[in-house]
Amino acid sequence: MMIPCPHCGDRDVSEFRYGGDATKQRPKHGTGDLRTWHDHVFVFENPKGPHTEYWQHVLGCRRWFKLARNTATNEIGGVVS
Amino acid sequence: MTSFRRLPQGGRIDRARPISARLGGKPLPGFAGDTLASALLANDRLLIGRSFKYHRPRGIVAAGIEEPNALFTLGEGAATEPNVAATMVDLVDGLVARAQNAWPSPDFDLMAVNSLLAPLFQSGFYYKTFMGPSKGSWMFYEPFIRKAAGLGRATALPDPDRYDMCYAFCDVLVVGSGPAGLAAALTAARSGARVVLAEQDTDFGGSLLSCNDAEQEAWRLACINELKSLPNAEAFTRTTVQGLYDGNLAVLVQNRSHLFPSAQKGEARMLLTQLRARTIVMATGAIERPLVFSNNDRPGVLLASALRTYVNRYAVAPDKRAVLVTNNDTAYQAALDLAAAGVAVTVADHRSNVSADILTRAGAQGIAIFPGSGIVDVEGAKTVKAVKLGGPHAVTVECDAVGMAGGWSPVVHLSSHGGIKPKYDEAVAGFVPGGFPGSHFGAGAMMGTFGLSAAIAEGSNAGASAASHAGFGKTRPAYAPEHATDRTYAILPTWAPTQGAKGKAFVDFQSDVTIRDVKVAHQEGYRSVEHLKRYTTLGMGTDQGKTSNINALALMAEYRGITIPEAGTTTFRPPYAPLTMGAIAGRTRGSHFRPVRRSPLNDWHVKNGATFIDAGLWKRAWFYAWAGATPETAYVKEMELVRRGVGLADVSTLGKIDIQGPDAAEFLNRVYVNGFARLPVGKVRYGVMLYDDGIVLDDGATARITENQFYMTTTTAQAGEVMSWLEYLLQMQWPELNVQVASLTDEWAGMAVSGPRARAALELAFPEADLSDAALPHMGCRDFVFGGVTVRLLRMSFSGELAFEVHVAADYAISLWEHILKAAAPTGIKPYGLEALASLRIEKGHVAGLELDHRNTLDDLGLGKMAGKDKDYVGKALRFREDCQAPDRWSLVGLELMEPDKKLRGGSILFAASDEIKGHGRGYITSVTWSTELNKFIALGLYKGGLKHEGEEIIAAFPLKNEQARLKIVSPHFIDREGARLHA
Amino acid sequence: MSKHYSALALARHALDPDMPWPKAWESPEPKSSYDVVIVGGGGHGLATAYYLAKNHGITNVAVIERSYIGSGNVGRNTTLIRSNYMIGGNTAFFEHSLKLWEGLSHELNFNCMVSQRGQIVLAISPVQMDVFARRGNIMRLNGIDAELLDAGEVRKLLPYLDWSKDARWPILGAIMQPRAGTVRHDAVAWGYARAASALGVHIIENCEVTGFLINDGLVSGVETSRGRINAGKVGIAVAGHTSHVAKMAGLRLPVESHILQAFVTEPVKPIVDHVVSWGAELFYLSQSDKGGLVFGGHIDGFNTYTQRGQFNRIQTVAECAVSLMPFISRLRLLRHWGGIQDMTPDGSPFICKTDVRNLYLNGGWCYQGFKATPASGWTFSHTIAHDREHDLVRDFSLDRFGKGRELDEFGLGNWTYKQ
Repeated sequence: MMIPCPHCGDRDVSEFRYGGDATKQRPKHGTGDLRTWHDHVFVFENPKGPHTEYWQHVLGCRRWFKLARNTATNEIGGVVS
Repeated sequence: MTSFRRLPQGGRIDRARPISARLGGKPLPGFAGDTLASALLANDRLLIGRSFKYHRPRGIVAAGIEEPNALFTLGEGAATEPNVAATMVDLVDGLVARAQNAWPSPDFDLMAVNSLLAPLFQSGFYYKTFMGPSKGSWMFYEPFIRKAAGLGRATALPDPDRYDMCYAFCDVLVVGSGPAGLAAALTAARSGARVVLAEQDTDFGGSLLSCNDAEQEAWRLACINELKSLPNAEAFTRTTVQGLYDGNLAVLVQNRSHLFPSAQKGEARMLLTQLRARTIVMATGAIERPLVFSNNDRPGVLLASALRTYVNRYAVAPDKRAVLVTNNDTAYQAALDLAAAGVAVTVADHRSNVSADILTRAGAQGIAIFPGSGIVDVEGAKTVKAVKLGGPHAVTVECDAVGMAGGWSPVVHLSSHGGIKPKYDEAVAGFVPGGFPGSHFGAGAMMGTFGLSAAIAEGSNAGASAASHAGFGKTRPAYAPEHATDRTYAILPTWAPTQGAKGKAFVDFQSDVTIRDVKVAHQEGYRSVEHLKRYTTLGMGTDQGKTSNINALALMAEYRGITIPEAGTTTFRPPYAPLTMGAIAGRTRGSHFRPVRRSPLNDWHVKNGATFIDAGLWKRAWFYAWAGATPETAYVKEMELVRRGVGLADVSTLGKIDIQGPDAAEFLNRVYVNGFARLPVGKVRYGVMLYDDGIVLDDGATARITENQFYMTTTTAQAGEVMSWLEYLLQMQWPELNVQVASLTDEWAGMAVSGPRARAALELAFPEADLSDAALPHMGCRDFVFGGVTVRLLRMSFSGELAFEVHVAADYAISLWEHILKAAAPTGIKPYGLEALASLRIEKGHVAGLELDHRNTLDDLGLGKMAGKDKDYVGKALRFREDCQAPDRWSLVGLELMEPDKKLRGGSILFAASDEIKGHGRGYITSVTWSTELNKFIALGLYKGGLKHEGEEIIAAFPLKNEQARLKIVSPHFIDREGARLHA
Repeated sequence: MSKHYSALALARHALDPDMPWPKAWESPEPKSSYDVVIVGGGGHGLATAYYLAKNHGITNVAVIERSYIGSGNVGRNTTLIRSNYMIGGNTAFFEHSLKLWEGLSHELNFNCMVSQRGQIVLAISPVQMDVFARRGNIMRLNGIDAELLDAGEVRKLLPYLDWSKDARWPILGAIMQPRAGTVRHDAVAWGYARAASALGVHIIENCEVTGFLINDGLVSGVETSRGRINAGKVGIAVAGHTSHVAKMAGLRLPVESHILQAFVTEPVKPIVDHVVSWGAELFYLSQSDKGGLVFGGHIDGFNTYTQRGQFNRIQTVAECAVSLMPFISRLRLLRHWGGIQDMTPDGSPFICKTDVRNLYLNGGWCYQGFKATPASGWTFSHTIAHDREHDLVRDFSLDRFGKGRELDEFGLGNWTYKQ
């Protein structure tokens, strides 16, 4: 799989680390009760199909970004701003 | 009696270059250009092995990668390589091969007794027996089954060869160099696109190599020559495209075994290329199928196309007569070529109507044709003697060889690797690609296009389309040779055997699956193609069912009364052909398996008698020769050094992160549970961070260098994780914070100067600096310039003694280290290693990796009071989950061994004195050391209820060694609880 | 027709080749209503149905499978069984599973080839030896077999490992569970299916569940590609696709779907006699009875439902194989494939009730689904039959994250993609 790093361009997936579902809204610092944080940390939509997720170009420029990818096909939709 | 012979002329072999290989210790002569298989046939060696289950005599079936039977063990000693198909082995001087799965020899195999028990060995028989008499009986039977199974014998010696891996990029990858592939590659290359042509065979040409047509040969050579002349095209033989992965990653493996490459000279036996192709043209051809009939596995029964290849390419032919059995027109090419080589040919054609054109042409060559006829049975045990025909021409024909022409299966593997299922094509009577993503194209026989000129046209088109898709415009197509015709196919699919004989009719030769096995699977309900495969082991052999799968699933569809498309096909998985593990691993093995991380001080440690220990990827100095020869003795001396004098330790492996920006203090204040907002410049603070789940992520000391610059240290183990986490928070969650982070772990070195004489040592090393307690109190820090280099001094302690950490840019690490040792020599300073470092911290009660194991809360580690009550920090909300706050959680305690004659071990399980010693206990020992201060074994552990039980006597159980010991729960701060030493 | 399998039955059929074998399991048309519908005809679903009938006398049961039975992870794993678990909520469950494995072939009258050849987990550092010792001690204290081996003892058992100075990490010792081993994976699905079918359970293949019938928080059946099927109770056992199916019932779960790859080499004569695992990186290998070396490593590390892996993971695993066992370098990989695995934040599963009454969940198995199969069926059937979680699975609940009761067996932290 080729992951388009917004800084470096297309690179092999082995240079990246996956960071989970990026559609989940992390509560603002200092806010959010236990339930909100529970859902944020532990519950996943886990769709079979389009998914927006975090990746970090960890063995490259170390940029974190959001990527659209289809979990049913691994088709890359591109970087989401 | 002779069955096969070498023809006096013809073929692509080089008769001027005789070769002598060795087979089973005896010479096997042949010529350059031969394969092991063609040499065997040329030497009339038909019986070359025994089958997997029944040990039936077997011969060569195919001429290519699909060969199911002719598996040999190559090489000797450490270079032994089992299960290699003879059809894929070049006959070269020095080749050593031997038969396998037969004892004492394939000719006389005692295991053939299995054949007599054949009725017992139906598919799945082992699921129905070997269960008695008692529950564990399988353990009695299993060794026998294992010994009987398993094809060739591997060596347990390490592979002496070398394997290389490279990355490459191209615009158009063309897989296969048959007519379609050559046309595609040439057409694409003419556009200027970077083209890679990969061919698994030893030469380019595919099916053209098996022809004897001068015009076609000229076309083949012209294509290759032009390709080779183009600077933007590369073509590789012996190179198999083993798989296609997401993102158009093609994995190519080139086999150079025939060159006997020398690892000592740096030569690789195989080269694996990870090729990123913008577009891919698949021209992977088709594989001929056998027909299923009684005793169709006898040596001398081959695929018709293989007979043609042997006669045309290798000049090896059946001695007198061959019988071909077919359900389509393509067998007649073989028939005509055999006839041309002087072999008498009889064709049994399942079809009642054979085209007039064929009848005329074949008749002209004296070929006898029996329409509406098939083979009922094969006579002869170890070689074919005759065949019995059925249908209207029920005659027995004596012959030396049989050619089976059951139709062609397009090679759709690569087109399926991406997840697109192939679809059944009635006219082809086989599966063709079910579609392609935009950047993939198919051409030739793999698309079901079997005619030469049609395949070339399709190849040209595919090449042009691929180049265009890759962004290249104009090209000039490769045209077919003028007289190329499109051979007819006209298949009448026949799956079930001609009735009338009782011999075994094989569907899968290598896995010994007969038509009866397919029937049994059907009877028992193993009817889906996957159940069929798994229950009968069909297609699970090293040939991966290349010749057998379609016949089997067509038969199953017939039994089920459904169509082949309804039955579907099994999934095609990479690799396309058995792929040497060494080629995948390349040079990433042995000492190169994973990178070695070395401290900038490593060279000094090496020169000065350090023994090293692995800590993750790091090699750390474990202990030094000055203190002893074994860790058990040395670390105690090193501890004493630190407790009584002063020691110097390398702590460069700690994670070191430079944090800068106007919001740096706010940032740290968020990620640490304790406050950092008001940390004064020139101060260090110990901090603990949680992950969002409220569990401890890491700890470390962070210094405020200037108002807007901090220097963070992390544990060695979590350095990478913490760095990514900080970057995530800054980049994705808190963009409003103006903070930059940079890892200095590799750029900076750290050394701990610890012990009562630490200040004295550093005053000798840095006479200019004021290191008095007033000027640099405990948890103070200072940057200063020494010898033109910035030195960062942090007064903090892991050992519990008066201690400093000296940090400096990695390049100056050794000179600074040596300077300290030299200047401070009067203090008796010496280096100490990781074992002492880790033991000293246990005495002080500092938690480390074994306690920070992602399961523990702040409170578990006795650090709950650090967390700011009124401040927010990462993980705060979930820190207060019900069970995380439970009063009886396992939490940190110190432990002292009460029985001086015993030893305390890490991993011991803790029990209250009154507990029965079973179950999960009340906790466990995380870290153990001998305490030089207390003169006894001490430990850190987690215990239910923690220090509420301080003073209680408990039990540590280590049932793996049948040991128990009495311990006392004490404060984890074994020494200097009030911290007087730190503040000295 | 020999309904009972035995050597004698084989002999009778050998003498009379025309005598047909009975179908291993019946393929009835679905009825309009069952007492219990199990969604998912994998190992866990079939085992659940079998134990519902066998242990609880509930035989009016249908197992509904989208494809063919055993098409998921029960036929895609590396066939290992073991019970070397040290966290309270896990130990007894997995030991119960191993005990059930030990009698399974007899229980089902189907040879699942339960091979207790022993698992050896190799330690590469003194610290790891301590961590392994803790595990082994807990096992011993719970009546489970475990042996601590030093390097010399390991070398005698596994002479083919890289014992040279060239090895990146030394082998310092190992923890061994002699009763651990391998099982012929497909046979488990078939054996349970056959035994369940014989007790009256309906096994409905090629039938996809497309929705749940839920009213006022109570489930009353499922919609399927073959029509509506009413049910008193519904159990979900569709590992890999748990989120996807549970979503139809309105449930959002602590599960991400990840791919785990598995590998097999060409068959060779016996050379590896144990299950061997490595402490350097996640890597485990055994030799199948057919002769192929079967092995695997870590998940690819990102969520996906495609059953195909990335090449970089294939390389990683091959590197482990040839570095640990240098002879493997000359053997050839025959196939590699992927299974979709439910990954949970703490690496542990769910067998529990849900917010929907009479709807039960079995999933989140991470790496350990196969070895759990018998106990999973045993406890899930109990949970369904009694509408109350079985004692062995009381920690496998959905609310454990909210309560702060993670079951983190390996201490990896809350990351689905790291567990």
